[in-house]
Amino acid sequence: MPGILVYIEADPGGVAPVSFEVLGAARTLAPHLGGPVEALVAAADPDTLAAALGAADSVLTVTDPSLTPYLPEAHRAALEEAIRVRQPSVVLIGGTSAGIDLAAGAATATSRPLVAYCTALRVAGQEMEAESQLYGGKLVATTRTAPPAIFSLVAGCFPEAPGHAPGTAPRIALPPPAALQRLRTRLVGTGAAAAGTVDITKAERIVSVGRGIGAPGDIDLARDLATALGAELGASRPVVDSGWLPKERQVGKSGMTVKPRLYVAVGISGAPEHLEGMRGAGVIVAINTDPGAPIFQVATYGSTCDFGDLLPALSARLTAAG
Amino acid sequence: MRIAVIMKQVPDLVEDVEVDARGTAIDRDGVRWTVNEFDGHALEQAMLLKEAVGAEVTVLAVAAAGIDQVLFAALARGADRAIVVPTPEGRTDAPRVAAALAPALTEIGADLVLTGVQAADDLHGQLGPILAASLGWPHVSVVCGAELHGSAVVVQQEYSGGRTAALEVDLPAVLGVQAAGRPPRYVPISRLRQVIASATIGSHAPAAVVPAPATTVTRLAAPAQESLARMLEGSADDVARQIVEALHEHGLVGV
Repeated sequence: MPGILVYIEADPGGVAPVSFEVLGAARTLAPHLGGPVEALVAAADPDTLAAALGAADSVLTVTDPSLTPYLPEAHRAALEEAIRVRQPSVVLIGGTSAGIDLAAGAATATSRPLVAYCTALRVAGQEMEAESQLYGGKLVATTRTAPPAIFSLVAGCFPEAPGHAPGTAPRIALPPPAALQRLRTRLVGTGAAAAGTVDITKAERIVSVGRGIGAPGDIDLARDLATALGAELGASRPVVDSGWLPKERQVGKSGMTVKPRLYVAVGISGAPEHLEGMRGAGVIVAINTDPGAPIFQVATYGSTCDFGDLLPALSARLTAAG
Repeated sequence: MRIAVIMKQVPDLVEDVEVDARGTAIDRDGVRWTVNEFDGHALEQAMLLKEAVGAEVTVLAVAAAGIDQVLFAALARGADRAIVVPTPEGRTDAPRVAAALAPALTEIGADLVLTGVQAADDLHGQLGPILAASLGWPHVSVVCGAELHGSAVVVQQEYSGGRTAALEVDLPAVLGVQAAGRPPRYVPISRLRQVIASATIGSHAPAAVVPAPATTVTRLAAPAQESLARMLEGSADDVARQIVEALHEHGLVGV
């Protein structure tokens, strides 16, 4: 069957914002591909999620208690079954943790190729043409794939607006796959990594440090600047994974999404996973000795000065002026 | 308990990555290679599990120039043995790597397979899920910490917004590791030298040829978008002055 199947992801607020972007991408592609846009909702109670999906031509529902909260094995079974039953020519999924869980396994199980990390996707004749960011955003790969195929899309790269539409789409209930009766994965707890004392998502100013900072002691230079600016200290994932700063300060795909008025990025290269979390900042000042660092593509102001010289100079000027 | 860790090298992104003459792949000459950092966390997680409950840890890597260094370093960090697995035609896309590794993992009798959640050279994070799908095992990606409890592993899976879930997964299973329960340990160079002098790296029979994936990279290039940032030039103090002026203009300081 021609058409596009969109995997809908839930978060505590309902349909995850990335799913509206993916649905928006599907709506944009649909006139060129032909066939309907079908949104797949796999949940214990799909009604609330399905009600938000007026932009789909129909909503496929799989109802089973094992599907809420999200369980990777259960959702993979539901997605694979939906692909087998509906035989869409294109499957779209957000490039989130769930996207990593589900897309490649579903591709293997349904003998479809996967193009992951797409930042652009278009129909090119009989094929699909995708752009994916590689090497920390330093290179872009253009890939051609003949449908049927699966694509995972980077959050923040596709317009959300076409994914929103009033009204309700007709429902098609799919039977829960038998695999849900013999799951080998169980949820034993949930938590929020940001259980600490800081909520950087509320900060108006953030000074964030990345791998380029080199040594944990040098974070003090950034802390001084944060103090001079009245800013919170943030970090990219490698800094947190190295144990230099706590998880609650992590900005990016697997951390917090922040929209401060001012974001100062120190020694941050600007990998797609980081940009996903801070693209919406007002003024972005990037300090990185590598002039080719992708952070300069989103920054307002940039400098290739060594942070060891620049940060003390900047802190001193701000303190003197303040 | 047998734990397998799959590791590979990626270009060190501190250096520039050049595209080859055909414009569809990187120019591998002159690339400085480094171990995929997520694979380093996968190895550390394996070491933490070994210390907690006892396990034999085997590190596997597909054949590539310089891969022995990665494997010797893994042995120095505490892995029990290391095996190189050739891939058909030397190709290293995830479906072919998975096809090459699956028989080796079965042969080892692995109860738990750990690999990095993704790698900068493909970012697809496909290896773990493809391996799990082809072995028929459960899989969890974006894992930040794991503990063994009898015949199951309890993992922390991370989602955007800092949310996490604890999942209990029956063994055998495959995990895509983003971060070990603690940062990867430091290995003294003397220990590494000792391992290189004494350890051996095993090899596995080549895998059968698998069908090529139906995707073709038609172009690999630097992003078309030019730098949007206004680049501030001069000494550190000149740049500091310009930044403060700019922050004034935007009403971000001194108002």
